[in-house]
Amino acid sequence: MDAAKEAMLRRAEEIIDSYGCKRENIIAIMQDVQAEYKYLSQEVLEKIAEKLNIGVAKVYSVATFYENFSLEAKGKYIVKVCNGTACHVRKSQPIYDGLREYLGLQGKQKTSADQLFTLETVACLGACSLAPAMTINDEVHAKMTPDAAINLLEEIRRKEAAQNA
Amino acid sequence: MAKGVMIIDGQRVNFDGEKNVLAVIRKAGIEMPTFCYHSDLSTYGACRMCIVEDERGKIDASCSLEPRDGMVIKTNSARLLKHRRTILELMLASHDCNCTTCEKSGNCRLQELAHQFGIRAVRFQDTREKLEPDLSSPAVVRNPNKCILCGDCVRICEELQGVNIIDFVNRGSQARVAPAFGRMLSETKCVSCGQCAAVCPTGAITVKNEIGEAWRAIHDPNLRTVVQIAPAVRVAIGEAFGIPAGENVLDRLVTALKLMGVDEVYDTNFGADITTITEASEFLDRLKAGGPFPMFTSCCPAWVKYLENENPKYLKNISTCKSPMEHFAAVLRDKYAEKDAADGKRTYLIAIMPCTAKKMEAARDEFKTDGRPDVDLVLTTHEVIDMIRENGIQLQDVELESPDLPFGMASGSAAIYGVTGGVAEAVLRHCVPDKSKNALREIAALGIRGDEARKETVVHIGDTELKIAVVHGLINARKLLKEMDEGKTFFHLVEVMTCQGGCVGGAGQPYGLKDIKKTRGEGLHQIDNTSMFKRAERNPVVTQILGEMDEEKAHKLLHVSYVKE
Amino acid sequence: MPDCTLTRAQFHMLQTESRDLLAAQKLKVLVCAGTGCVANGSMKVYDYLKSACEARGLNVCVALREEGGEGSVHLKKSGCHGFCEIGPLVSIEPLDILYTHVHVEDCDEIIDKTILGGEVIERLLYHKDGEVYQKRDDIPFYKLQHRIVLKNSGKSDAEEILEYIALGGYAAFEKALFEMTGEEVCKTISDSGLRGRGGGGFPAGRKWESVRRNVSDVKYIVCNGDEGDPGAFMDQGVMEGNPHSVIEGMLIAGVATGATEGYIYVRAEYPLAVKRLRIAIAKAEELGLLGDNIMGSGFNFHMHINRGAGAFVCGEGSALTSSIEGKRGMPRVKPPRTVDHGLWGKPTVLNNVETYANVPQIVLNGADWYRSIGTEKSPGTKTFALTGNVVNTGLVEVPMGTTLRQVIFDIGGGIKDGKKFKAVQIGGPSGGCLTEEHLDLPMDFDSLKKVGAIIGSGGLVVMDEDTCMVEVARFFMNFTQNESCGKCVPCREGTKRMLEILERIIHNEGSLEDLDTLQSLAETITEASLCGLGQTACKPVLSTLKYFRNEYLAHVVDKHCPHCNGRKRHLEINPTLCRGCGKCKRNCPMEAISGELRQPHTIDVTKCIHCGACWGACPFGAIDAIEEEG
Repeated sequence: MDAAKEAMLRRAEEIIDSYGCKRENIIAIMQDVQAEYKYLSQEVLEKIAEKLNIGVAKVYSVATFYENFSLEAKGKYIVKVCNGTACHVRKSQPIYDGLREYLGLQGKQKTSADQLFTLETVACLGACSLAPAMTINDEVHAKMTPDAAINLLEEIRRKEAAQNA
Repeated sequence: MAKGVMIIDGQRVNFDGEKNVLAVIRKAGIEMPTFCYHSDLSTYGACRMCIVEDERGKIDASCSLEPRDGMVIKTNSARLLKHRRTILELMLASHDCNCTTCEKSGNCRLQELAHQFGIRAVRFQDTREKLEPDLSSPAVVRNPNKCILCGDCVRICEELQGVNIIDFVNRGSQARVAPAFGRMLSETKCVSCGQCAAVCPTGAITVKNEIGEAWRAIHDPNLRTVVQIAPAVRVAIGEAFGIPAGENVLDRLVTALKLMGVDEVYDTNFGADITTITEASEFLDRLKAGGPFPMFTSCCPAWVKYLENENPKYLKNISTCKSPMEHFAAVLRDKYAEKDAADGKRTYLIAIMPCTAKKMEAARDEFKTDGRPDVDLVLTTHEVIDMIRENGIQLQDVELESPDLPFGMASGSAAIYGVTGGVAEAVLRHCVPDKSKNALREIAALGIRGDEARKETVVHIGDTELKIAVVHGLINARKLLKEMDEGKTFFHLVEVMTCQGGCVGGAGQPYGLKDIKKTRGEGLHQIDNTSMFKRAERNPVVTQILGEMDEEKAHKLLHVSYVKE
Repeated sequence: MPDCTLTRAQFHMLQTESRDLLAAQKLKVLVCAGTGCVANGSMKVYDYLKSACEARGLNVCVALREEGGEGSVHLKKSGCHGFCEIGPLVSIEPLDILYTHVHVEDCDEIIDKTILGGEVIERLLYHKDGEVYQKRDDIPFYKLQHRIVLKNSGKSDAEEILEYIALGGYAAFEKALFEMTGEEVCKTISDSGLRGRGGGGFPAGRKWESVRRNVSDVKYIVCNGDEGDPGAFMDQGVMEGNPHSVIEGMLIAGVATGATEGYIYVRAEYPLAVKRLRIAIAKAEELGLLGDNIMGSGFNFHMHINRGAGAFVCGEGSALTSSIEGKRGMPRVKPPRTVDHGLWGKPTVLNNVETYANVPQIVLNGADWYRSIGTEKSPGTKTFALTGNVVNTGLVEVPMGTTLRQVIFDIGGGIKDGKKFKAVQIGGPSGGCLTEEHLDLPMDFDSLKKVGAIIGSGGLVVMDEDTCMVEVARFFMNFTQNESCGKCVPCREGTKRMLEILERIIHNEGSLEDLDTLQSLAETITEASLCGLGQTACKPVLSTLKYFRNEYLAHVVDKHCPHCNGRKRHLEINPTLCRGCGKCKRNCPMEAISGELRQPHTIDVTKCIHCGACWGACPFGAIDAIEEEG
């Protein structure tokens, strides 16, 4: 196991302990781990099972039930395009399609090849009056168009490239 | 519990303590269809087949309705029948409908109900992704393409066995039943108890079928096919042929096996007598040595596996005795070595077991001699039923024939190995110095018989007060271990059987609910009651063989250690 | 846990103190911090105002207790004003000024002119039809509303408990705690006729009374804040804008039923609501309004927050309690009911956010006052989230029985871009659509039920004449199908098949039999499903089939929907441009083109499939797509 994964596992253990190893807190535990690492690794789920004294199948079962849990590593920036009613009516689908194309995502792929962006849809951000809306790492961007959305991502890419340079 | 009168389809029906309307409907002689209702498990209410309509036209599932006095319901209105047909159609549309070649064909509830409701066409295409069947387990085969998501397997694995190997994954139309992380069963802590297969209404989880191997062996002239029959098989196999549960059909089964071409047919009960004596002497040794306690019984391979997987620190508590099946095999191999050489034949040993985990046990390295398993093949009761049928043998009509000698003779205490409490009782009969009939009666009355989840008792042997517990259903073993971990409880001897009711409730047996398992258990006690002798040490063949064995040989043939270095 | 130290007398002192403090405030600037305005940049406005005021030497006070003295300005983050369309909003009290579309560039002017000079900046006020609205309460959007639940929203600081107390907060709790028995509280709620605002409309008082009568060592008060309907954000507005009203309502439910533990289940997509509730709970605990032996009464109450993890079905009661217990959010069969066997198998009151938020006002003002609002069978007000193709999107609270016309046209300002109204989806994916003929129907639980719709949680999605109603039905079916927990067969398998059929129809590949199958499947799913999600999943399909069958027929029979596929077109060859080269003819896969060489060709429209092969092949640009009339 690489160092990053080990660190994640140690941190997960701290989080589980902070919830008193109680079974009812499993969702909160997973939310907290994911808040820090953006996904839940197999090792983390096994650790949760062990420390909460429940079957690993149960933990996996809960993790796969809820939309918000990701069992795959995610990009640095998580882009969510709202597909709620209001956003849908105000044409959010072309934004999603445009971003998919921009990021070159194929099939079930959600994360761009450079691991910078993960593209998702969300059921409704509750920002219906700003439709169509999308979020980048939970910051809401209102009244989007496909071009505006791509511009936002390009800007981030430029910033990232500048930082790495 | 409520009492009263309900009106079902215009007919007055009394109820008294039935836990739901479904039970009252069935009592009224109406066979309400269900997939996910299983009276031994929690109510799930998902298949929606058992829907009923009340006076106001409200539709509800009868499995989750409480009977009320004066309740008026219909079970067969036009709407209900339409909904049931639609539900069946929807299920079939997402089901691999290759019925004729399915392991479960003829025994599948979906097939049966589709036939009963006359579903002749399905309007929807199966658009699901085809998944690979999981053949990795020694005990069961999982074919997710046939799963209707009734959850029976999930609940039995969690609620009765407490191992939770499989569970629901994903949700909505993506929902599946599977082990975590898409693992194969062999990569999980599955104990091979097979109860998931026993409750599965379709072919989604089936017991691994090894009938082909059996026929090959039987028809091979170079092999001497020898069969041993476990105690619980004889009181259940008849059910498939219209013989009541609990009736001992051992002699009919012997005939059937002979008709099928088996060379020699023996009784696993013979092995059980060896186990009783070996285990009892180990127990007395532990008493002298002061532990380790509790001593856990070792005959149930799923239980052994459970400890290996989940609680290895207790492996040292497991009796070092092999199981009756393996005792039988070891002794038979030893006795037949010369005979095989002389005849130029190899003995091929088939064990007929009520159990799927025995398939796993037989394949363990500990039970191999020179790399070859002592038991070549384990067939479940169910597989043998299929073989008998394949040969057109009417079990209910065949002549009676006793098992062959010398390994066909056994005490009454061996028969009760197949029912919860039986192993502990057999061992006690051997340990207690008082060999009178009265002593037998006292042991029988200790409270280790019966179908309670956990039975506890205290026995005095000389000055020592022995605490004994009997549990069945792995969940109850798990609870006991937890109490032991917490220092809340202490026992000298604990009998554990993985399946509810003991081996009579094994997953290799014909499908049956708690009541049927109970009747089978009573059948085994009946065999004990009418047996010529009741104690293992009265078995002359066993005592002779054990008497001739030196210590080294005894250790090799009779004992096994599961403790990992 | 140690006892709360706040005594009843101290609470009374706190009430007086906070009221005085509030009255003493000369000028208060409230920047809207609802999700909508925050997304539009209101926090940048807040930060800029703060630093710009400080730069001018103004003493900026944030907390109520801060004594600013002369030349001080109170700058606050308020809850959602509800009028999200015109945000970011800044209101200035007590002048009752509402500035709209406020951006950082406007801030200096606001400080210099309004805050320092008391002058109104007209350009930032709300304009409509040539009229300028000086005062917020005169704006038609607000004027026509009746706000109980949203009363304080936008007018007070959601993160300041003292402001809530100053405005009469926790007085109802104190009254219930000391002056009423549990039975009396239940009776008051029953008498008020308050019905659950989460969708079902079950009388809240009856629920409470059942839990009160149940004997149990532990009872729970659970608040359903898992507002998952796409297009609904009423509860979000309340949790963000007035979190203490929810807590107080739950406390009163605790007093009424003898429950001592409260759980608020908030949808994960509402991080701001979670934050505000956490702050509110912490402050209430700090003051001694939550904890053990509250105000020396012997009554204990502890509050917990659970965040949802993305499952709409958790809005269903038993799924929600399962989720709090850390399980998959799958509904269970009932009976037993939640009031008998709820969270951890204990008697549980489960109401939604808006229901609890009504409770303090009812206890304070009495059941008769509440009954005087709304209709006889559905008293009180209802908040709606008005969205879609309507001019004024936002949060609207009106008395029950208000008509759709009043909400959509008078408050909502009618349809966007001057288009015609076609339908409104009420109650989200569990609701049905209503049409022109229902515009004057009073919106209350029973009237809507009669026409096959439900209030649901209160989402109103307005659709204009350009909307394809089959697509609307498909959209909601897609949502529900995705959110089905997968437990019961009718919902899991049925909604999947419904969606397949609807997609086929949308792509003009459906048949008339498909319409029958939709209808028949919908009946089974509705009647045989286990929980509310399945039982209501087909409402959008059934209501559009009923009111807009012609749109289905356009897809199924004409194979052409004017909304989805644009106006009907056909391809034509312009005879003046055509040189008769024959390229189009050779490229046509349907042999729809005929003509002699060097003579203008023609297209047989009955054979043409509009593939465009001829159009691409023609070197002379002679092929035109002609739009048909109608």
